[in-house]
Amino acid sequence: MSEALLRLDGLVAGHRAPVVGPLSFALGRGEVLGLWGGNGSGKSTLLNAIARAARVFAGTIRRAPGLRLSYQEQRPVRLDPMPMTGADLLRAAGLDPRRAPAPLVALLGQRLDRLSGGQYQLLCVWCALGAEVDLVLLDEPTNNLDPGAERSLRALLETARADRAVLLVSHERAFLEAVSTRVLTLEAGGRS
Amino acid sequence: MNEGLALLVDPLFRVPLLTGLAASLALAPIGVLLMLRDEWLAALGLAHLAAAGALGGLALGAPGLAGAGLGALGGGLIKGALGRRGNGVYGFMILIGWALLLLIAANSAVGEGLGQALIDGQLYFARWPELIAALALALALLWALPRLAWPLLRARLLPRLDRANGRAAWRTHLGMDLVAALGMAVGTATVGLMGAFALVFVPAWVAFRVAHGWRATWVVAGGIGVAGYLGAFVLALALDQPFGPVLVAVLVVLAWGASALQAGWRLLTGWR
Repeated sequence: MSEALLRLDGLVAGHRAPVVGPLSFALGRGEVLGLWGGNGSGKSTLLNAIARAARVFAGTIRRAPGLRLSYQEQRPVRLDPMPMTGADLLRAAGLDPRRAPAPLVALLGQRLDRLSGGQYQLLCVWCALGAEVDLVLLDEPTNNLDPGAERSLRALLETARADRAVLLVSHERAFLEAVSTRVLTLEAGGRS
Repeated sequence: MNEGLALLVDPLFRVPLLTGLAASLALAPIGVLLMLRDEWLAALGLAHLAAAGALGGLALGAPGLAGAGLGALGGGLIKGALGRRGNGVYGFMILIGWALLLLIAANSAVGEGLGQALIDGQLYFARWPELIAALALALALLWALPRLAWPLLRARLLPRLDRANGRAAWRTHLGMDLVAALGMAVGTATVGLMGAFALVFVPAWVAFRVAHGWRATWVVAGGIGVAGYLGAFVLALALDQPFGPVLVAVLVVLAWGASALQAGWRLLTGWR
């Protein structure tokens, strides 16, 4: 494997108390690492820790110097009302809406509060996948997606380039197996 | 020329007219950013502190504008330093500002009349210092908005992105707090406490419901703010009414009209 973008050594992370770990793995460019586990196994907490949004109780997270991250959150922020359009969301994420993939083009001109949960989810996933970053963090990207939208999601994931890594969290094992280059299983209690 | 237009160009009212125009142009965009952060109540909290500061300044022999600035900036800085964003903080600002305003009015030579004037709005007494302050605010906002609008939108919709990349977003949030505080200080000292709050809250409230797109939100809010202000300026003079309440009434009517138009449009087109 090429030089690691991200290396976890004995990581124990959580918020008020440890939730996940100890965990050790490395992630290099071109990899799509799937993290699978049931509810409460600490999948999202692990992503939060990598994104500097959770507490590290033990171990280390080593990020490559200058590592650029994008992050699709498990529960996207939805305001009521939201006058911004899909294109505005992409611009806020630093993306050029003109380069959005085909399944998203029809959503770009719509107000965000007129989109369904699945449509909004796809836009949020593209905010992460379409960004010029080294590491993409995706937290339950299949949430709210019907079968058609899930096919669109798989197509978006195939746009993942060889010069970056994707860390993908999901409770859907079959989906992970289909899109990941390897799958790491988190057991209840957060150990791998 | 009809009476309304004549009032708009009357030299006697030129400075007050331009002062309020600059203030309304600045306050409506501030409202959009506060609405985005779900902090529209911030405007009312800061306006109360600004009014208390203005009256305190006058009681001590200082210009009211300076006191208003100190009051609102103090509130904004304390909130920023505490790192708290949310309407609970602004609830306390309203209560503290209100209590201070009435206590200063009751225990100083400036009296309750001036305190009431700050609440009602004393735009027609605006002179060059108020006009310069309002123009400075509008220009400062013109500079700050492009630097605040997209980072604040990113922070709101993609809240973990900056932190994940080790970017310090506190400058953006502090900048927003200061802009809001300055805006409410100038607004309170010119169009009055409730007038300033209405110019922040109502245009943004309407724009978030009817505008289509982030840029359109600014245009709609600015348009309603300016239209409401100009309409109120003429009406208050023509009907010899206090400016603040007339401004609030006009903006509320505009909001009602916009909501009714939108409801009608939805009914006709089946738009969700």
